[in-house]
Amino acid sequence: MRIQRIPLPEQEAVEQATEDLDLSVLDPLIEKYKEKKGNVIPLLQGAQQRLGYIPREAFEKISRETGLEKSHLFGVATFYAQFRLSPVGKNIIKVCHGTACHVQGAEDITDALEDSLKVKDGETTEDRIFTLESVACLGCCSLAPVMMIGEETYGKLTRNKAVKVIKNIRIREKQSNS
Amino acid sequence: MNDTKVIVGLGSCGIAAGANKTYQKIQELKGAENLDFELKQTSCVGMCYREPLVEIIDSSGSYLYGDVDEDRAVDILDKHIGSGEPVKDYVVKSDLFDTGKDQEFLEGQVKIALRHCGHIDPESIDEYIAGEGYAALHKIAKEKTPREQIINEVLESGIRGRGGGGFPTGKKWRFAYNYTSEEKYIICNADEGDPGAFMDRSLLEGDPHAVLEGMVIGGYAIGASQGVIYCRAEYPLAVKRLNLAITQARERGYLGENAGGIQGFDFDIIVKEGAGAFVCGEETALIASVEGKRGMPRKRPPFPAELGLWNKPTNINNVETYANVPYIIHKGASEFSRYGSEKSKGTKVFALAGKVNHSGLVEVPMGMSIQDIIFELGGGIIGGKEFKAVQMGGPSGGCIPNYLADTLVDYDSVNATGAIMGSGGMVVMDETTCMVDVAKFFLNFTQEESCGKCTFCRMGTKRMLEILERITNGEGKEGDIEELEDLSVQIKDNSLCGLGQTAPNPVLTTIKYFRDEYEAHIRDRKCPAKVCKPLLTYTIDPEKCTGCMVCARKCPTGAITGEKKQVHVIDQELCSKCGDCFNRCNFDAVIVS
Repeated sequence: MRIQRIPLPEQEAVEQATEDLDLSVLDPLIEKYKEKKGNVIPLLQGAQQRLGYIPREAFEKISRETGLEKSHLFGVATFYAQFRLSPVGKNIIKVCHGTACHVQGAEDITDALEDSLKVKDGETTEDRIFTLESVACLGCCSLAPVMMIGEETYGKLTRNKAVKVIKNIRIREKQSNS
Repeated sequence: MNDTKVIVGLGSCGIAAGANKTYQKIQELKGAENLDFELKQTSCVGMCYREPLVEIIDSSGSYLYGDVDEDRAVDILDKHIGSGEPVKDYVVKSDLFDTGKDQEFLEGQVKIALRHCGHIDPESIDEYIAGEGYAALHKIAKEKTPREQIINEVLESGIRGRGGGGFPTGKKWRFAYNYTSEEKYIICNADEGDPGAFMDRSLLEGDPHAVLEGMVIGGYAIGASQGVIYCRAEYPLAVKRLNLAITQARERGYLGENAGGIQGFDFDIIVKEGAGAFVCGEETALIASVEGKRGMPRKRPPFPAELGLWNKPTNINNVETYANVPYIIHKGASEFSRYGSEKSKGTKVFALAGKVNHSGLVEVPMGMSIQDIIFELGGGIIGGKEFKAVQMGGPSGGCIPNYLADTLVDYDSVNATGAIMGSGGMVVMDETTCMVDVAKFFLNFTQEESCGKCTFCRMGTKRMLEILERITNGEGKEGDIEELEDLSVQIKDNSLCGLGQTAPNPVLTTIKYFRDEYEAHIRDRKCPAKVCKPLLTYTIDPEKCTGCMVCARKCPTGAITGEKKQVHVIDQELCSKCGDCFNRCNFDAVIVS
């Protein structure tokens, strides 16, 4: 499954990210699923939802408190496409590469975004504002090509339109920071 | 009190097209101008190409407005509600007059699975009940219908698995029924993973109770006490509406102790979110995933009907199959089986997308021709281009060429072409689609999604992809086609589950019907559809070039030279064929050949 090796994050980034990691947010989750059958995926999903990704410390904590083997947890986490093992940008750009989007030029959209963000597919920008991802199908085939950022879906994209969306978000992010 | 209703379609694709903004605008205007109507929501109407859609029902009849952005919403409210004059130009469908457009999209459709979609508020159990919802369950409770009789009814209806396999549903139920066990499970496969398919999402978002009712009936028939809906995590709205529907059904007693009023039948349903693995659409992999393991398929037999979830007898059907069940039980098997062809009964929902004018969701009787679906319902090809092929069945299916467009859509006719019915994705392709590129696209998908258990699937798909990459890069060689065919046979024969057994289909069908395109790539180093970039040459038309320098400034390899207001030239030696100049040129001066 997705034999892509998940790239290990830069040591520095990990240390920076784990410094302010608050693992206590996992307590209610573990409490809820501890004794349930088939709890591995909901536990991992919950952890990712709360932390944005699943850090090593979260695996250790879940394993310690539920008795599930670390190897089992890690095996499941690396099998499914949903789970992330390294921190991601504030905005995840999901470019749809379903069949309909593919024949309507999804490749061009990813290409234009890679150019504009100066990252490759699957990577995060240096300022951690964006992570660029390709996804199989968002199910909005009639609006192809499509991308999704947060809850918002952008349809009938062109290279220029996609880049413009990104630029606007970046301006907004910078304004809210300053 | 005026009983005018304004209904906004809030399915995922409507929302993506901006329906939420339209809804908010209408709400705002309603308050600000104190307008007298009831504002409601529904889900996917199926006409995705006209989203956002707003229906107004007043004392005279119903008007469905299309492409309603905020401005249009203001206009419509002002004229229709304010002055009582419908804006006929924006109406796409009405029961009062012929709009002259879109009629062909709606005519010819028979809605059984989608009977409530776009008509009821999916978040209201009362609206579902008002539309004969839970009537089938009431009937069973009242008449004390024996389990065998329900299974016989489903068997007689002739319904076959709508997830793509096409196995008779009644037979599957009987297998699970025949195994005795204290505990049995019924699972709904809502892990719709085919890229280019969104039927199940629309159904779950538009009519979640129909799926629940189908599962309760199935659960009762086979003797299960627990239902599980395994739903893609990428469908947040579907998950939300399912959970809401389950809560409502519990409150009304359709779930829980004596579910649906059937004495001694305790049954409940939970939703499990998938985590993104295409292979989990395969039933044994799905079961492994529900159990919290890596979603890897196992050898069958034993089938899930004998040893399924937690090693108990388990029945698995697809969303659309369950949505049909209440209809079959309520109206009778013969009412269902009067639609369709000899061996494929009832209707099928298709997600029509790609280079077709009317993309959206259609439900047609089995046995309609592909030609009619694309050109009558679908309104033909975008821009009047030439229809080349249609892809059916996603990564497990294949491409059916234009000269087989009279193929009827039923399980057996579609299988005969080398494609499969699949779950219902229909992606239309025109002359600008490269079939080798399409084959590569699907292989890339299955190669990534292979779980890795069977060597032939894991390594074979990878090798096939490498060959296809070579061909599309202009490095194909004689014998490549034969090697692809050979690998295909090996993978099909030596894989455990459906993923591997069908993964070569997109390649095999494109070789079968478009061999000349493969040969053009390999022998002539040409891509006839002008898609595979390494095989293209970019030149500048001196007649059209204005010397604006946009392309020259942006060329990543510095292959374009030319002074301001002078015709530019591309150095073919340096050109990396990225296509950037073509995309940037505002004067159509870059020629691709």
